[in-house]
Amino acid sequence: MIYVAPIHNPIPGAVRYISQQLPNEFRGLVAVHQTKFDPRIALDKTRNQYNSTILLAELLQELPSKHAKIIGITEVDLFIPVLTFVFGEAQLNGNVAVASSHRLRNSYYGLPENPDLVLERLYKEAVHELGHVFSLTHCDNYRCVMHAATGVEELDLKNAAFCSACNSVLRSASF
Amino acid sequence: MGRHRIRPFEVNIRRRDGHGWAIQMPAPQDRTEVRGLKNHTAAILVVDDEAAVRESLCSWFQKDGYTADTAADAVEALKKLSKRAWDIILLDIKMPNISGMELLRRIRQIDPDIVSIMITAYASVDTAVEALKGGAFDYVVKPIDPDDLSRIVRKAIEQRKLKKENLSLRTKIEDMVPEEELIGDSPQIKKIQEIIETVSQTDVSVLIRGDSGTGKELIARLIHAKSTRRYSPLVAVNCGALPESLLESELFGHEKGSFTGAQYKHRGKLEISNGGTLFLDEVGTIDAKTQVDLLRVLDSKQFTRLGGNQVISVDFRVICATNQDLEQLVKEGKFREDFYYRINVFPINLPPLRDRSGDIRLFAQHFLERYAIQIRKKVLRLSPEALSLIMKHDWPGNVRELKNAIERAVVVAGGPEIRPEDLPFDMNKISKPRGESSIAEVERAHILDMLGRTGWNITRTAQILGIDRVTLYNKIKKYGLSK
Ligand SMILES: [Zn+2]
Ligand SMILES: [Zn+2]
Repeated sequence: MIYVAPIHNPIPGAVRYISQQLPNEFRGLVAVHQTKFDPRIALDKTRNQYNSTILLAELLQELPSKHAKIIGITEVDLFIPVLTFVFGEAQLNGNVAVASSHRLRNSYYGLPENPDLVLERLYKEAVHELGHVFSLTHCDNYRCVMHAATGVEELDLKNAAFCSACNSVLRSASF
Repeated sequence: MGRHRIRPFEVNIRRRDGHGWAIQMPAPQDRTEVRGLKNHTAAILVVDDEAAVRESLCSWFQKDGYTADTAADAVEALKKLSKRAWDIILLDIKMPNISGMELLRRIRQIDPDIVSIMITAYASVDTAVEALKGGAFDYVVKPIDPDDLSRIVRKAIEQRKLKKENLSLRTKIEDMVPEEELIGDSPQIKKIQEIIETVSQTDVSVLIRGDSGTGKELIARLIHAKSTRRYSPLVAVNCGALPESLLESELFGHEKGSFTGAQYKHRGKLEISNGGTLFLDEVGTIDAKTQVDLLRVLDSKQFTRLGGNQVISVDFRVICATNQDLEQLVKEGKFREDFYYRINVFPINLPPLRDRSGDIRLFAQHFLERYAIQIRKKVLRLSPEALSLIMKHDWPGNVRELKNAIERAVVVAGGPEIRPEDLPFDMNKISKPRGESSIAEVERAHILDMLGRTGWNITRTAQILGIDRVTLYNKIKKYGLSK
């Protein structure tokens, strides 16, 4: 079971879109999970960003069952202490992940806004982080969703799907 | 669940004085079990007294497919150094007891080939110089920009001369090949197939010419997929679809702030296509200034982002495409001659669909099979009447128009056969026998007819015709059409 969990007002339509699309890439059921924790505990006031590792820890506390996976979807700007920002974070070979649309908006880069593109980027980021949860590491294929993207530019080059190599690892590792 | 073991999900969060949060996420139960499709030989050790820093860096490297581990201080680091060979060490300059600089000195005594990257909390020239003098390869300032970190690690790996092994085995070749293929057994298509084979083995600039919808981008993708550059991206830019100011930014990228209000740098397509192929569609629409700038990049392989001064080196192959008469544009002074010669080293001409009627049937059959599978509908064949209409049609929108027509027909078909009425327009009406009217006349009439049907909805008409909106606007202008 994969749960999609809205955290602190994600962009409208994102949770629904991602829940609908995820079965294309992952077997099993997808449901929405309403989080109970206050996301502000992850807010770093000096950086004005949210610590994604704290969000992961909170999601882990709310895990409905040992086998469940949760992907948190948010609009807040995420970071891990050593990096200036992250698009998302996942527990490798674990249960929880989080993805943010904050830096996936065109306007963040001084470009004309494109709502469909933000949704597509966020979906790719969610699939990527969930791939980590299902034990996948980065892939060399620039069209594979598991390719490491340090920017939206690379994100736009990849598909929202696993390449055949990653897909076969995913199938054998997790189902 | 098979071999996939689930570990208990405790988590330990504690507040540390002055350091915000430190979270101890449970580490993967068995690091060797973590699968990856990247076969790096590099092993990376992260040494930092701050748990949050070393754990998050370690996890970051593991997700990138590296073997990674952590040490909380110099003593632990030295212990781990004695147990196995490490390729790269990231170490915090400021640590209690034995400092990072002192540890660096000891590491260099143990193995001078280990690539050391220092982590510092402040960008100060002094510490940087001191670290580099002490034999460090480079240094990073906390917090690190993810892009900088991956670049430094890539550089470090090059330094160690660690090759990414078995890349071609792990990145399957079939994954790199476009989903579409070149269809047709006409002599023209056979010739083009030969040309693709030849030109893909070289690095020369290719100019693909042909009407809208003849499949110019597909040819570019096939050349790229057969070239040694296939594991790096093919980056397509439709130059005609972007206003001048945006095209420049799209190609060259821009720095944060400056004129755009960007909160973060935006990397252009030139940068993203590094190692791969840059495909410039509708190259004839590029303005003179951008032509000059592009020419400079093609010659020097270097450029700067807009609003920046850092020189960025790139290595890509350029493939251009156009449906315009570039020679005429050069004569009229609308296209630079030097740029024209630079991009037109190897021209490929794609004939319009109507000139290779033998391929029309193959295309129709191919698209029919594909869409029938896609929408899980048992549409098996074209009725003789429908096929005859398709063969007679002039296809001003070329392959794209044919593709759209078949796709729609498969959707609306009521039985196993596509009948004339399933086709998206009354072909009898617009396809006069050839010879009676010029192609331009047929095209004009067809476009006008479609515009009438859609109530002059440009987007829809362009979709039906299988051409982009810019091309449709140009044709409306060319034929002087109005409501
Ligand atoms: Zn990743
Ligand atoms: Zn992959």
